[in-house]
Amino acid sequence: MPDTSSSKPRIEHYVAPLEETPLEAIDSVKAEGKPSNLWIDAWHDLRRRPMFWISSALILLIVFVALFPGLFTNESPSEGCLLANSNGAPAPGHPLGFTRQGCDVFARIVYGASTSLSVGIIVTILVFTLGVLFGAFAGYYGGWVDGVLSRLGDIFFSIPYILAAVVIMSVLANYRNVWVISLAIGIFAWPATARVLRSEILRVKNSDFVTAATAIGVSRFKIMWAHVVPNSIAPVIVIATISLAGAIVAEASLSFLGVGLPSSIMSWGNDIAQAQTTLRTAPQVLIYPSIALSLTVFSFIMLGEVIRDALDPKARAQR
Amino acid sequence: MLWYTGKRLLQIIPVLLGATFLIYFMVFAMPGDPIAALYGDRPPAPGVIDQIREQYHLNDPFIVQYFYYLLGIFQGDFGVTYSGQPVNEVLARTFPVTIRLALLAIFFEMVAGITVGLISGLRKGGIFDATGLAVSLVLISLPIFVLGFVAQYFMGIQWGWFSPTVGTGAPLEDLILPAIVLATISFAQIVRLTRSSVIETSSLDFVRTAYSKGLTRRRVVPVHILRNSLIPVVTYLGTDFGTLLVGATITEGIFNVPGVGRTLYQAVIRGEGPTVVSFVTIMVLLYLVVNLLIDLLYAVLDPRIRYA
Amino acid sequence: MSTPLLQVKDLEVAFRTQTGLVQAVRGVSFTLERGSSLAIVGESGSGKSTTAHAIINLLPGTGHISGGQVLLDGEDLAKASQKEMEEIRGRKIGFVPQDPMSNLNPVWSIGFQVEEAIRANGIASGRKEVKQRAIQVLKEAGLHDADRRLKQFPHQFSGGMRQRVLIGMGLAANPQLLIADEPTSALDVTVQRVILDHLESLTRELGTTLLFITHDLGLAAERAEQLLVMYKGQVVESGPSAQILQNPQHPYTQRLVAAAPSLASRRIQATGSISAAESAIATDASSAAGEAIDLIATAEARAEALEAAASQPPAIVVENLTKVFKIRGSGDFTAVDDVSFQIAKGTTTALVGESGSGKSTVAKMLLKLEDATSGKIVVGGHDLASVSGREMFGLRSRMQPVFQDPYGSLNPLRNIGNTIAEPLTTHKIGTAASRRERVFELLDQVSLPRTLVSRYPNELSGGQRQRIAIARALALKPEIVILDEAVSALDVLVQAQILRLLAELQAELNLTYLFITHDLAVVRVIADNVCVMQKGRIVEAATTDEVFDNPKEQYTRDLLAAIPGANIKLGA
Repeated sequence: MPDTSSSKPRIEHYVAPLEETPLEAIDSVKAEGKPSNLWIDAWHDLRRRPMFWISSALILLIVFVALFPGLFTNESPSEGCLLANSNGAPAPGHPLGFTRQGCDVFARIVYGASTSLSVGIIVTILVFTLGVLFGAFAGYYGGWVDGVLSRLGDIFFSIPYILAAVVIMSVLANYRNVWVISLAIGIFAWPATARVLRSEILRVKNSDFVTAATAIGVSRFKIMWAHVVPNSIAPVIVIATISLAGAIVAEASLSFLGVGLPSSIMSWGNDIAQAQTTLRTAPQVLIYPSIALSLTVFSFIMLGEVIRDALDPKARAQR
Repeated sequence: MLWYTGKRLLQIIPVLLGATFLIYFMVFAMPGDPIAALYGDRPPAPGVIDQIREQYHLNDPFIVQYFYYLLGIFQGDFGVTYSGQPVNEVLARTFPVTIRLALLAIFFEMVAGITVGLISGLRKGGIFDATGLAVSLVLISLPIFVLGFVAQYFMGIQWGWFSPTVGTGAPLEDLILPAIVLATISFAQIVRLTRSSVIETSSLDFVRTAYSKGLTRRRVVPVHILRNSLIPVVTYLGTDFGTLLVGATITEGIFNVPGVGRTLYQAVIRGEGPTVVSFVTIMVLLYLVVNLLIDLLYAVLDPRIRYA
Repeated sequence: MSTPLLQVKDLEVAFRTQTGLVQAVRGVSFTLERGSSLAIVGESGSGKSTTAHAIINLLPGTGHISGGQVLLDGEDLAKASQKEMEEIRGRKIGFVPQDPMSNLNPVWSIGFQVEEAIRANGIASGRKEVKQRAIQVLKEAGLHDADRRLKQFPHQFSGGMRQRVLIGMGLAANPQLLIADEPTSALDVTVQRVILDHLESLTRELGTTLLFITHDLGLAAERAEQLLVMYKGQVVESGPSAQILQNPQHPYTQRLVAAAPSLASRRIQATGSISAAESAIATDASSAAGEAIDLIATAEARAEALEAAASQPPAIVVENLTKVFKIRGSGDFTAVDDVSFQIAKGTTTALVGESGSGKSTVAKMLLKLEDATSGKIVVGGHDLASVSGREMFGLRSRMQPVFQDPYGSLNPLRNIGNTIAEPLTTHKIGTAASRRERVFELLDQVSLPRTLVSRYPNELSGGQRQRIAIARALALKPEIVILDEAVSALDVLVQAQILRLLAELQAELNLTYLFITHDLAVVRVIADNVCVMQKGRIVEAATTDEVFDNPKEQYTRDLLAAIPGANIKLGA
């Protein structure tokens, strides 16, 4: 545009040459390439992130160790322990040394993996199921259903789940095993999941696609499971992954407090508790199971974080 | 605000009843003889058994037992410990210590967590941010007893920076290390929460409008970005208090802090059932009260709640 | 002669993304003389708002000025430091943002936010003075009870009031230039008009230079002397407003002018078959004139069709319909109050009203998503109040809705094929193969390629999603389609395209439309009859021509007067 230098500024009528901005057809369809929705996109995003592969590899390794401990060590974790080896230094075939009872530390860690993992998985399934049922019905049906279910959730939420598990496990001293401890943790851990799902459902259920389905004549129950829950579940998946880590910590904490699993069941928490008396003299006996425990927890938390980044567009934008 | 406070106070009643009922139910409605279950391998003397049956009204129907228990709670009577001391006396001695430890921990996690989170959020993608994210991820993964022992071994025993255990009277300087341990996991969570909250708030329209009014960055960051980002952080403190209570139990046990947590810790370790129930009840009540306070604080921070 | 107030020269703005730099604004130049006004017009994604944000250096995220100059009084803002910009914002350039709901900080009182602007620009100091100035600013912006409301929070103000607060803040320091970024597009039309009038008189009094950003060509032409039409980050045409409107030169501007409903004057006539018209668009992208969707078409056979329809029983009869919501604490709220109307088969009736008028509640009751408190709705001879669940299921196939939000009306996790087929599977119609055929047929009807069946909604534009929603609504071959603000969220060109599609589908399938909208301008091009709603009641009902040419009620006249650009004469 030329400078308007005359005393009375005149507005020029400028028209861009057509070649500069070629017109496109209005609203033309550009759907080349692969189909994409939330899950497909999330997978494409995950595939490109090293953190996803690192955490997955670690988790796979832990699962493998838990399933086939015999492949990783020839030593028995509890039999043939010699008190002569008490808190002994590493020796050939015993890379991490010996516990106070003279058992092989490495073998105990290897055999402890399945306990942590089982508790983690059972609790997560329990929490996920209870959380989804309570959250979905409370959020979707609202009204008195919501009132009752949410109050119930509030009550269970008001007792920190590890404290509740401490009480339950104290009472059930004679019934301590992997199932009981998982139940004791899970029965009080679900309200957080239910709350998240409920608030997601409250957001989704007023979407026009839900109203459209109602107008088509789809039943309420079917709309809930076919349209509402699938669109609300993403954050719950993230919580489930992270709660798996939480459950592993909870089991170890309870075993550490002496109300977890009996000493006959291999558990990193038990080993750490037993090693604390000799912390000053033989810290390595405490350190190694602690590392195993922390690494396992870390793997699941890291996986949860990358999944969150992939599933939540807001989190993705914050990277 | 008054209406909101009243509403929240009313809402807490069913939760209070439900929570105490659940605790009581867990202990006394389980299969088998509750006394045998509570005392495990070490059955008390027959006289004590009678006393316990009396104290818990075990000869009455379950629901009546519960009401006696509830009545006791409202009268501030939490029974006696295994060794025969009234729980209230133990509480009077240990509670101040735990409060000091908890306040110190909350102070550490809030100040450090919000500071690091704010800087990370404002410099998203920078080196500080990347380091902060990685470190916080590692810290979140460390179970508190692992952290406790590691801190005790290195900072207490090996390097001698702090006293590895807390001395009598629990002086403040002895509480620093346990408080740091207690604060660590929540610190990492607060860093992440503050960071994402700051990033989200920074991109909101009213922040741009604030700049467009001619405000300087030095004003916009605290007044518009940080102030709004604190709302979810404060809400988090409520749920976090549960973690803090469990953490205090373990931390006080490890560092031998003479607080409520260690009393519970020792009761659990020694299998003293009634004491465990009393102290868990107290912690749950405390948790409810703190959450009520946090809810009220939330209303103070967010006028949309206050005037809803 | 002094330099112009604002000179933008070859402005380039780019955003860094994962896939590289994306140019949002390319080579934009314009000059704004002191005391004049300019409007930048464009569709979403045209770069108009980005241009405005670049001028005050508040680009979001990774956006940055990658080239060119922004000269304010000869000083290049593109090179200004953060501190210099902080000096300029508020003092020299005021800014009025788009959405009054999100542009005030919810945790601070209105008074606090106005006072902070006054203090930052050094207009006044000392508590009392600042407060007085704040009250003065708000009063000037049209908040007459400002002194009482300073302590209130944003959520206690209506949208219009908040927009006044934002205007007050923008003008607080008496800046030379005011940038108004779609200042009223989130508001009801009548409120919009009042606020724009007020803004205009304020800026004229103060001698403020005005830069408008808007998507509405009519509004732009009415409020600014000079227009700048942007398309894909570039200026395609600029010049005096009237001249551009009456004699658009660039094919894109021609398209825009032709499609602007506020400038159109007659109902769209379905001419020829849909596919023929659409394929002309799809294949012939270069012949711009032929592609222009002309809403200014002449009425022909429509009157005859209407006469024929009058002899048949009406498709929908609504009698004395009332809906009362019980609100805890504050008694009852009558959302719909004694509403009666009829819609003849094959015709379109528009239900027009501003937010809160109850128009959408009527739609919900018709679809039986909401039960009526009293009154009668008869659809195809059945009274909705007395039908059983089984019968209602059958009735649903005769009446289908299309909603406003193109991003919310499709389940993002379902592919297009399953979405369109859902009505068929729900009503157990046909086999899997026959349903697939029907889905293809429906995609053809809404002029979308068949390859979309395996795609997902997030790959489509807003207009394409609305087409899918229309296809889904048509799957069960309904007689009635309820269009609840179905085109309100779309850009003008896409809007015009969908409106024409609707008209053509109506002609082909003899559909009956209930068209619910807040936009009277759109009504003119789609509806045969109009019911104007206000506070739950129908205040005026007549044929579209009558309502537009000879409105009886004051409220209708206000609504008509509020259509931006309604009184602009077009040369064509």
